[in-house]
Amino acid sequence: MVVGIKDAVKLIGISIIACCAVLVCTMFLNFYFDIKEIKDMVSTEQAIIFYNAQVSTAKVVCSVSGGCLLITSVIMLLFYIKHYIDMHKKELGILKALGYSNLKIAKSFYIFGISVFIGAILGFLGAFLLMPAFYELQNKDKILPEIVIHFHPAVFVCFVILPTVLFALLAIFYAFLKLKKNVLLLLKDDFQVSSKIKKQKDSKVKDCLFIDDLRSTTLKSGKTLVFFIIFASFCFSAMTQMSASMKDLSSVMMGAMMLMIGIVLAFTILFLAITTVIKGNTKTIAMMQVFGYSQKECCKAILGGYRPLSYIGFVLGTIYQYVLLRIMVDIVFKDFDEVPVYEFDIPVMLISLVLFIGVYEIVMYCYSQKIKRISVKEIMIE
Amino acid sequence: MIEINEIEKSYGSHENKFKVLKGISTKINDGDFVVILGASGSGKSTFLNVVSGLEYPDSGSVKYDSMDITKLSEKDLTAFRRKTVGFIFQQYYLLPNMTVEKNVRMGADLAEKSDYREIIKSVGLEKKLKKYPSELSGGEQQRVSIARALAKKPEVLFLDEPTGALDEHTGRQVLDYVCKLQKEYKFTVVMVTHNLNIAEMANMVIKMNSGKILETYCNEIQKTAYEIGW
Repeated sequence: MVVGIKDAVKLIGISIIACCAVLVCTMFLNFYFDIKEIKDMVSTEQAIIFYNAQVSTAKVVCSVSGGCLLITSVIMLLFYIKHYIDMHKKELGILKALGYSNLKIAKSFYIFGISVFIGAILGFLGAFLLMPAFYELQNKDKILPEIVIHFHPAVFVCFVILPTVLFALLAIFYAFLKLKKNVLLLLKDDFQVSSKIKKQKDSKVKDCLFIDDLRSTTLKSGKTLVFFIIFASFCFSAMTQMSASMKDLSSVMMGAMMLMIGIVLAFTILFLAITTVIKGNTKTIAMMQVFGYSQKECCKAILGGYRPLSYIGFVLGTIYQYVLLRIMVDIVFKDFDEVPVYEFDIPVMLISLVLFIGVYEIVMYCYSQKIKRISVKEIMIE
Repeated sequence: MIEINEIEKSYGSHENKFKVLKGISTKINDGDFVVILGASGSGKSTFLNVVSGLEYPDSGSVKYDSMDITKLSEKDLTAFRRKTVGFIFQQYYLLPNMTVEKNVRMGADLAEKSDYREIIKSVGLEKKLKKYPSELSGGEQQRVSIARALAKKPEVLFLDEPTGALDEHTGRQVLDYVCKLQKEYKFTVVMVTHNLNIAEMANMVIKMNSGKILETYCNEIQKTAYEIGW
């Protein structure tokens, strides 16, 4: 087998994201189907407004959070397969040279769908575990007739079976496309041959230090990673601030759930992205160490460029959560009497920023220790 | 002067332990052109790694003018490499996403004042400053790695099979550049090779086999890269 279970296990990041996405979507879509069942029983004006607000919330949360997480999962999966192929180019090249067809090799990538299945099933079960408390909260005000939990097979098919099959097919298709390379190109070492060269315009070439050059080259050569790092900061910023506002606008439970999902997502994506950055630059770091560059200089060159981007992610997350909640309050709940006043919460933003800086710097410190452990011998290992 | 005393080095553990260097001692004078000769598996590359401060030996000492580098911490050893030594490898190890100029700056930025453009010119690559490694031939890539190593102004240049991946003509050209630059910049050269003919370029030859020095001798006449056989 070209791709084994072990490789799929490494996709824990996708499992976690799938789990979060399915948990949120299952909970709200199931609630959406259940609340629809009481539609005919809603008669008073207040109940109708409340009913419509609940239906809209379920729709918005399900599509916005689910959609956002789904896109992230797809990008992460594609990125991981590309990374896997890049890392195992030689083995795949040998298989191709031996006569294995692209399709035969690509077929074994179906196993990546398993990580999605694991995440999805855990998210689905998690949603059903949380549902009694969530429904109880919704039924607490007794404005609407009691909403009862039902199992909807369509939700299971939609959020567990379908993503597993689609992700497995996507993995096979993407791997097939990536494997279309010439055998010789697959067999060559990346450290010696770069297939894509983007010429810099002479006018833009500055006489800057090697470390600064390497920092910008590292950023330019890993645009997907740039996206992930911005997205991780975005998740942290948006979800932590939104969870504080949710406490007033919805419930403590919703706030806690959002905070948890935000932190898990941010950490998962950040860890995966930075690990990939370091793995992809192991030989460069080893070569720098051979030449006598210090650990601090290696960190500055490889990781330093991501710091300003992560702050951009934080700012985007802050704007996103404000705009989303503003829309929720001003448009979705506009006819509802008891919606609390929502204003931009500066203290919450500042606390979130301080937390973000602290967490980010701790993570970077841990990774600088990982860089320290990279041996100069890496340069000699072929 | 580099003083190497009773160096031992093993790989693996317990039953699988394999002794690569078995008590090696020798001296290398400043400005020497030393060739370490030996068949594959003789321990010559490990010897080079230990002497250059890339690896710690299990026992023994490597003294650079009385400073024993085997006693240095990892951090100090890195600082030592930064200041004192340069490396050229068989596989070049150029950074693929950086131009010739930027690759050379990797070494140049470590020197207090580097005339790296002059060095690029010395290896005949002044017209390829903006080229990427994949746009260069093997010989040109090796010349970039020579420029990169020399741009940091090392006192000792270590070369591990620098012509191993090159054809005869390009190999001679690369060695010729190393010789010319050694005369100009007066650094010490320690080169590992399995090519017996290249040893004729050195003033001191260390022959190794099975982790031991078989023979050390000096050449009265050092031949140029174009005078040796191949």
